[in-house]
Amino acid sequence: MSARRAWLMADVPTSRRQARAQAWWLAWLAFRANPMALMGLALVLLLFVVALAAPWIAGRSPIEQDLAARLLPPSAEHWLGTDELGRDIWARIVWGARITLTIVGIVVVIVGPVGLLVGTVAGYLGGWVDTVLMRLTDVFLAFPRLILALALAAALGPGIENAILAIAVTAWPPYARLARAETLTIRRSDFIAAAMVQGASTPRILLGHVVPLCLASVIVRLTLDMAGIILTAAGLGFLGLGAQPPAPEWGAMIASGRQYVLDQWWVAAMPGAAIFLVSLGFNLLGDGLRDVLDPKRG
Amino acid sequence: MRVAVLTLRTLVTLALTILGLLLITFVIGRVVPIDPVLKIVGDRALPEVYERVRQELGLHLPIWQQVLLYLQKVLSGDFGRSALTGQPVLADIARFFPATVELATAATLLGVALGVPMGVLAAVRQGRLADHLVRVLGLVGYSVPVFWLGLMGLVLFYAKLGWVEGPGRLGVAFEDLLEPVTGLLLVDAALAGEWEIFRNALGHLALPASILGYFSLAYISRMTRSFMLAELRQEYVTTARVKGVPEWRVVWRHALGNCLVPLITVVALSYGSLLEGAVLTETVFAWPGLGRYITESLFNADMNAVLGGTIVVGCVFIGLNLLSDLLYRLLDPRARA
Repeated sequence: MSARRAWLMADVPTSRRQARAQAWWLAWLAFRANPMALMGLALVLLLFVVALAAPWIAGRSPIEQDLAARLLPPSAEHWLGTDELGRDIWARIVWGARITLTIVGIVVVIVGPVGLLVGTVAGYLGGWVDTVLMRLTDVFLAFPRLILALALAAALGPGIENAILAIAVTAWPPYARLARAETLTIRRSDFIAAAMVQGASTPRILLGHVVPLCLASVIVRLTLDMAGIILTAAGLGFLGLGAQPPAPEWGAMIASGRQYVLDQWWVAAMPGAAIFLVSLGFNLLGDGLRDVLDPKRG
Repeated sequence: MRVAVLTLRTLVTLALTILGLLLITFVIGRVVPIDPVLKIVGDRALPEVYERVRQELGLHLPIWQQVLLYLQKVLSGDFGRSALTGQPVLADIARFFPATVELATAATLLGVALGVPMGVLAAVRQGRLADHLVRVLGLVGYSVPVFWLGLMGLVLFYAKLGWVEGPGRLGVAFEDLLEPVTGLLLVDAALAGEWEIFRNALGHLALPASILGYFSLAYISRMTRSFMLAELRQEYVTTARVKGVPEWRVVWRHALGNCLVPLITVVALSYGSLLEGAVLTETVFAWPGLGRYITESLFNADMNAVLGGTIVVGCVFIGLNLLSDLLYRLLDPRARA
């Protein structure tokens, strides 16, 4: 057993850092024991690698047209075939990974903090603040998400920024609900009372004590939701409300392959398979994380 | 007394939620970068014509008055006219909605008929092959884009195998033969005794309903499994087994019987989300329902129609939530107190 391993496995941690590292190590051990979750992690990592290394993996330009080579079936030359403008589908899917990752990344960065803030503030302060914020959340929850996103994206006009905004506006309420529920269970804890007695301000208690405890369940939920976000984004793209041509957005690629689907099925099939694999990856990863981080809901 | 308070509270919540819904659609309508006046008068109109139309639309009023005006109009059923069809939006919706209801209902029936037994099976065989299969099927359902699955289904079952009819609700030869009564083609055809039309409509419905039903199945089987696992751990199950009740009876009557109430909520919610899934499915299958109406209007920047459809779907959603809530209270004695 190496020294590092011994340090990680020690019965009594001697520092805060060691205790944290041990907790992470144990979580990783539990996670590693779940083959489905590992597969999910692999798929998600693959998405990141493909997105980062797109110029080297793609081999060709995703937007360069070659009308002599349109609608070719998969071959050694064009691994996944070519589309109606003779563009290489493999190259387009590889570059499209960047778009997918960008959408997911920005939505998460907006939705997580907003949901956490609304939920913890409502749960911690209670009273009329709670009532107002939760009513608002309920109204958004009562709305079918995709349709709201559709209407919003339609009103703002097609484009990737507007699609991201539309998804974010419709995606935050469940996190507010979740964070509020978590906050309610810890609001009356002794350690919160202790922090108050020590004179900690409300923002300090919220950010330093409440938010970190809500983080685990919010992260799990985000990972599980990632697939939904990707599917919504693809749906908006399919309807022409997402990234605009010639950008290689997966949903839009399916839409343009639609008219050839009966004879040249690969044009629509390949990007759909990419969407499927990526959301499957996030779903598997989310399930695994939930088992590790959130044993009470297991 | 308690009942009165509860009813009042439910009604107030309902009113607030619908108000919130309308406020959101109002805001969305205001966000539109297109100038609604310019759209009516054209960009070469005289300034005085422009001003008159602007006044007619009430755009010169302070914002709170505009909100009131909007609420008043929508609540009296006036969603404006659709630029696409030239009809009042509400009339359009009434025409297209039955097709969506038919699709979503067929899909939900499929989802319940298959999803519940699968969930029960998975719970009984927890950790074994059947459980894993159900789980994988559910995971795939959560991960696959519905419009893509629809397209691939069309390629395989319509173009290659010829098992089902193509896009649309009816073959061209059968169109307009039927006097609409309920607007649900299957019901109308059966009422009229037109079995050939019935068969054709069923052939058209089969694939989109199966695709949507699959998503409902994924959700329902997953929830059934978790409800059943919780029930099977209860002591009354052990008691029943000990006193010699046959295992199928313990599972399908005792345990599943206790899952039915929460399952109703699940089914109502999945019905609501099917209305949503219908938007994309209807686009793929050229199904003349509300979802397709919304997306078609969207391409024509016809915001009256888009927002009208959004409000209707939102209200149905809220109604379903309320209904499942009420059923839950009605059926579960513990929630009645």
